[in-house]
Amino acid sequence: MSFPWAKEYKPTHPFMQWMDEKLPVPRLVYNAVGSGYPVPRNLNYFWNFGFLALICLTIQIVTGIIMAMHYAANTAVAFDTIEMTVRDVNWGWLMRYAHANGASAFFVVIYVHIFRGFYYGSYKAPREMVWLLGVVIFLLMMATGFLGYVLPWGQMSFWGAKVITGLFSAIPLVGEPLQQWLLGGFAPDNAALNRFFSLHYLLPFVIVGVVVLHIWALHIPGSSNPTGVEVKTESDTVPFYPYFVAKDGWAVGVFAILFSIMLFYFPNALGHPDNYIPANPMSTPAHIVPEWYFWPFYAILRAFTQDFFFIPAKLMGVMAMFGAILVWFFLPWLDKSPVRSGNYRPLYRKFFWFGLIPAMLVLFYCGGAPAAEPYVMISQIAALYYFAHFLIIIPVVSAIEKPLPLPYSISESVLGHDEGAQLRPAHGATEANLA
Amino acid sequence: MARILSILVGLFFTVALAWSFGKGAYQEITEPAAVTAEHEFHLPPKEVHFASDGAFGKFDKQQLQRGFQVYKEVCSACHSLSHVAFRDLAQLGYSEAQVKAIAAGFQVPGTDPNTGEANSRPGMPTDYFPKPFANDIAARAANNNAIPPDLSLMTKARHEGPAYVYSLLTGYQAQPAELLKQFPDAKTPNGLHYNPYFANLNLAMPPPLTSEGQVQYGPGNPKPTVDQMAKDVSAFLIWTAEPKLEKRKQTGFAVTLFLLFATILGYMSYRNIWHDKKH
Repeated sequence: MSFPWAKEYKPTHPFMQWMDEKLPVPRLVYNAVGSGYPVPRNLNYFWNFGFLALICLTIQIVTGIIMAMHYAANTAVAFDTIEMTVRDVNWGWLMRYAHANGASAFFVVIYVHIFRGFYYGSYKAPREMVWLLGVVIFLLMMATGFLGYVLPWGQMSFWGAKVITGLFSAIPLVGEPLQQWLLGGFAPDNAALNRFFSLHYLLPFVIVGVVVLHIWALHIPGSSNPTGVEVKTESDTVPFYPYFVAKDGWAVGVFAILFSIMLFYFPNALGHPDNYIPANPMSTPAHIVPEWYFWPFYAILRAFTQDFFFIPAKLMGVMAMFGAILVWFFLPWLDKSPVRSGNYRPLYRKFFWFGLIPAMLVLFYCGGAPAAEPYVMISQIAALYYFAHFLIIIPVVSAIEKPLPLPYSISESVLGHDEGAQLRPAHGATEANLA
Repeated sequence: MARILSILVGLFFTVALAWSFGKGAYQEITEPAAVTAEHEFHLPPKEVHFASDGAFGKFDKQQLQRGFQVYKEVCSACHSLSHVAFRDLAQLGYSEAQVKAIAAGFQVPGTDPNTGEANSRPGMPTDYFPKPFANDIAARAANNNAIPPDLSLMTKARHEGPAYVYSLLTGYQAQPAELLKQFPDAKTPNGLHYNPYFANLNLAMPPPLTSEGQVQYGPGNPKPTVDQMAKDVSAFLIWTAEPKLEKRKQTGFAVTLFLLFATILGYMSYRNIWHDKKH
């Protein structure tokens, strides 16, 4: 892909010319993240989170490989090997805390990245495939995060594994055999720990593969931007290098400072104290909670407390929990509004800021709270809004909303005028000025 | 078509949630959940400060040595410390000879070199602290059916761990009359001990620190009051749970300072590169 004005890679050094003929990796890099990739000039800081996510993935893989060198996936010693790593391996404490907090940082970044997509309509044509692959990455991340949390074999590891794999038993007929097959037994034990470790090591590399596809799919139409108006001319863009390398670079600095403060001064703030108690199948913790990044979906799971006609409450909860993420796959076809950016969608914007964001924050809070009143009732209201937002409000709003007038081009929105503008629509957004 | 389907699916979930909400709310109104004694009388940990708190916190080695003494003379009768080796005690400021002497004061499981039979031998610096009970059954039998937990990670295994340990050790008291008036069934059972800082209020562990001078501190140390001993052993358990705490905070300071510098440079180069581009 590219825009016609994208710079072409022209190696001058004979070795680079030779390399370009045999294996054009430098050309690939040049076109992907170099001067050969024109990017809308008006991207705001929310567009840095894709790059930050890539940094997080790298941190996780590097620290994870080192952790795996000292870890043994055996229920008898798993807990002790991690303590040994922290106490006796050089910089082992740093690797352990970086890996545990790195997972949290990754999810913070990815939640901002996803909600950026919601607000600016990044999921809309022609970027549906970018969005679909992104949801796949999120699902893979959740699986990897869950599997990783089991590995230290603390109390929350064990009971979390028991609760989450127990969800499969809600499936009619095949549920229980399926759960036993997944665990390799009747409860989480050595067989489960071993396969969880194996998969926890595998999935990050699957994520890397899907990330490559995600970026590839992005480079076909090029990046979206805060106005949602597509790139028209060269003046709408700047080359990725040096402009966005510099911008991403300093954003990484800010991220790294916040991450270091978390990692060095509050390394256990996001973990649960019970996971410093070795797993004990005979003693159930007072409150079983997953890691914080699962809380909204855990709250949705627990919000279904009553059987609905012939469907048991547990099955409803499981369907809703998975449905809450699967609905994102359909978003490009549920939101038919021709305008992408929330900046030009007055009604959609209200539902985003005063509906979706508060509902999500409430679900976050309730998912970590005990399964008691009033938290259950509050999470029921928030979950109700969540499903209404994606399945009812978005389709209806996109049909009835009158969007604000769009700028003619990115250049116009940035500079206040655009020399190239010739056929200006009189007023309001039309399909034509989005093409 | 897609929208109609979507709205139907949306209605399915929202109606199911409204149904759950309605029935739950009705239940809350008609039969509100009973208040429990734990809910009414459980207390959050007391406020207490340690030298290792804060961004520049460092261990008070003298205090850690006192805390170790309390562990050795009181806690170790029932509680193991399985992640800590005698060699680690060098970090508390003990010399090599002192560590050797401390280790030799403990009997650890060994093997008779002539017969191969299990026996015990004096500890060496490379050994870990021995467990006070042979197994969980023995531990239960000796402790009113409760297993004394390992203490190595205790201050990280409870919310506000160090303050929790301190509060628990100093929090034993007679059961309040008001509690018995309100919850006549919640009388502390025989063999358990009332402590409002424990999650379910009744604890199998009898008060371990009962009188001033129970542990004799050497000259130059504060008076061994119950409060002081509880504080010292809590500080010691902060160290056993996180021996790398000092190094972590020092490294963090250097790393954050470096990143701050690098980020300022990064910001300046960003401004420089973009200076003629409106965006």
